[in-house]
Amino acid sequence: MTIKPSSITPQTSENWDLIIQPQRNLLDLRLGELWRYRDLVLLFVRRDFVAAYKQTILGPLWYLIQPLLTTITFTVIFGRIASLPTDGLPQFLFYMSGTVIWSYFAECLNKTSNTFVQNASLFGKVYFPRMAVPVSILISNLITFLMQFVLFLGFVVFFILRGTPIHMNWAWVALSPILVLMMAGLGLGFGIIISSLTTKYRDLRFLVQFGVQLLMYATPVIYPVSSIPARFQPLLQANPMTPIVEAFRFAFLGAGTVSPGQLLYSFLFMVVLVFIGAVIFNRVEQTFMDTV
Amino acid sequence: MGTVISVEHLSKAYRLGQIGTGTFARDLEVWWAKLRGKPNPLLKIGQEDHGNRDGEIIWALKDVSFTVEQGEVLGIIGRNGAGKSTLLKILSRITAPTEGRVKVKGRIASLLEVGTGFHPELTGRENIYLNGAILGMSRREIDRKFDEIVAFAEIEPFIDTPVKRYSSGMYVRLAFAVAAHLDAEILLVDEVLAVGDAEFQKKCLGKMGEVSSQEGRTVLFVSHNMAAVVNLCPTSIFLENGTIKLREQSSKVIEEYLRVPSVEKIDLNEYRPKWALPYITSVKLVNARGENTDTVPMGSDLIIKVKYSCPQGRHLSKPFLGITIHHASRGTVGGLNTRRVELRRIDRPYHSATLTCVVPHVPLLQGQYTVDIWLGDEPKDVDALMGCLRFSVIEADVYESGRPPDPRIGVVYFHPRWEIEIED
Repeated sequence: MTIKPSSITPQTSENWDLIIQPQRNLLDLRLGELWRYRDLVLLFVRRDFVAAYKQTILGPLWYLIQPLLTTITFTVIFGRIASLPTDGLPQFLFYMSGTVIWSYFAECLNKTSNTFVQNASLFGKVYFPRMAVPVSILISNLITFLMQFVLFLGFVVFFILRGTPIHMNWAWVALSPILVLMMAGLGLGFGIIISSLTTKYRDLRFLVQFGVQLLMYATPVIYPVSSIPARFQPLLQANPMTPIVEAFRFAFLGAGTVSPGQLLYSFLFMVVLVFIGAVIFNRVEQTFMDTV
Repeated sequence: MGTVISVEHLSKAYRLGQIGTGTFARDLEVWWAKLRGKPNPLLKIGQEDHGNRDGEIIWALKDVSFTVEQGEVLGIIGRNGAGKSTLLKILSRITAPTEGRVKVKGRIASLLEVGTGFHPELTGRENIYLNGAILGMSRREIDRKFDEIVAFAEIEPFIDTPVKRYSSGMYVRLAFAVAAHLDAEILLVDEVLAVGDAEFQKKCLGKMGEVSSQEGRTVLFVSHNMAAVVNLCPTSIFLENGTIKLREQSSKVIEEYLRVPSVEKIDLNEYRPKWALPYITSVKLVNARGENTDTVPMGSDLIIKVKYSCPQGRHLSKPFLGITIHHASRGTVGGLNTRRVELRRIDRPYHSATLTCVVPHVPLLQGQYTVDIWLGDEPKDVDALMGCLRFSVIEADVYESGRPPDPRIGVVYFHPRWEIEIED
């Protein structure tokens, strides 16, 4: 007896490529699909860059002017006028490291938290993995961060050449890509949770702008951990950004208070946050068009 | 061959009114009351408690099931709010269904709008890549089709110019060219053909037709343009109130669709937010005695009355009204627009107004017609209703000769003067 091809069809005809259902599994994050859309992610990055500085005179130079002006302001106000301690480091380098690092985290958070509201018209017309938008934001901010960081390293070299004793900890320098990843993850995690909630609660948008500002003062950006009284230290260390900023300073400037345990805490915090964020985001992206 | 889309008992519910209370503090208040076993403090007395949400549920789609075979080009028609857009939104995964499921074989590309994600600052070239990627093409696929897309759009000399400098015609051509070159096995198309000039529309319809007959591509096509539906789709689905009323040969479906007159049959505002902008509240056709009607004898006056409401402080001081008349299967007849003439400026605030458009001795041939209405204020549109009015023109002895014009030729008739001169 021969098997007729038709007797196989019942099984093969059940091979659907896509099943659209009311709610997909909470953990079905579809990361593979995001990977297939990687070209889109890169094109979003390109669009953000090209569009941001078209019709500006200085163009991408703004990426460098922004942290420089902030650093100068901080040096004058917190350094000269308020005379805050800087762990024995040159004030300019101290504030610049803080500014550059903090602004990467802050920008990631601010921009990803607008994902749904800002892209509502696009999301309403075509499907692609919504996560492409926050991921592209992380990448375009990473490019900005790298440019600013190179500027910072330039100043470090300049200070060393002028004879300022700066001791880089090379083992920690090698760890810095992980630190960047952790910042990106924290920014993304907070950002997508907020963006998912803003589809329902618009008040959160105001809270974010202002909350990020406040959070900066709860992070050792304009002061070192070492200047905080011991009884407040645990409070400061509960902030997952604290060990990252201090680790950066310890790596590139040779002064900072950080332990591997604290970094591990930050790392785990980041992993859990990104996971929770991804789950919420995944849930919201399926029906948010009905609410915005 | 085989089934490529299987829609099974698909339903989608929307809640009217707000979703949640909109602010966190209010939700907390409701939650706290619930925790103490008290009634929802935000509900009015006598209102039924739906958790912390107010408003009724409406079913935009209710238990819809159908299948689509590979290579089929299926039209979807229905009135405003019949569930067409909701169906396309679910199929294109923009929103999830409430119940039921859809199984799909092959890649789906949806074209609910042309030029989605176009960025005005980017050049034509950059936008082709960006738009292509948004629609689901990979970089390599776009590389391969790039020249074809540019040629189709007829914009070669401007490919490196930012699209904000394009004319609207070029913009639409480019946008559609990208979409027309999608490689997906299944294409979902909404009303997008309503844009662009007639010549290009024809080219696009041709491209879509070619695509479906040659490559076995499946197309779901939503439109109010009955001519396009008849031309493109052998069969159609007629959606009414969220359910499938009929699935048949397109000409039969359209006949059924046009059979039911639409004069004030639907509540136009059910699906639009009432707070936003001035909006159209009713569109009706009346006869010379001012009575509602859905038939116009050839050569008599066509009188369309459009009523609109304005929220407090948002009245239209210079209302613009656009009316487009389409023949059921032969395309657009023409447009009327107050922009072309000077309408009296209204300075005092008002809540509602009726704009009446009278076309004396309308030269339409007998047949079925649909009307689109746009309401605007300088410089933009505030409301639009596609296909909101349907009427039929019935035969009349316009030449007073007992021989009315031939209804099979075109859509209009003339009052010609004939002269003959014998030369030799």
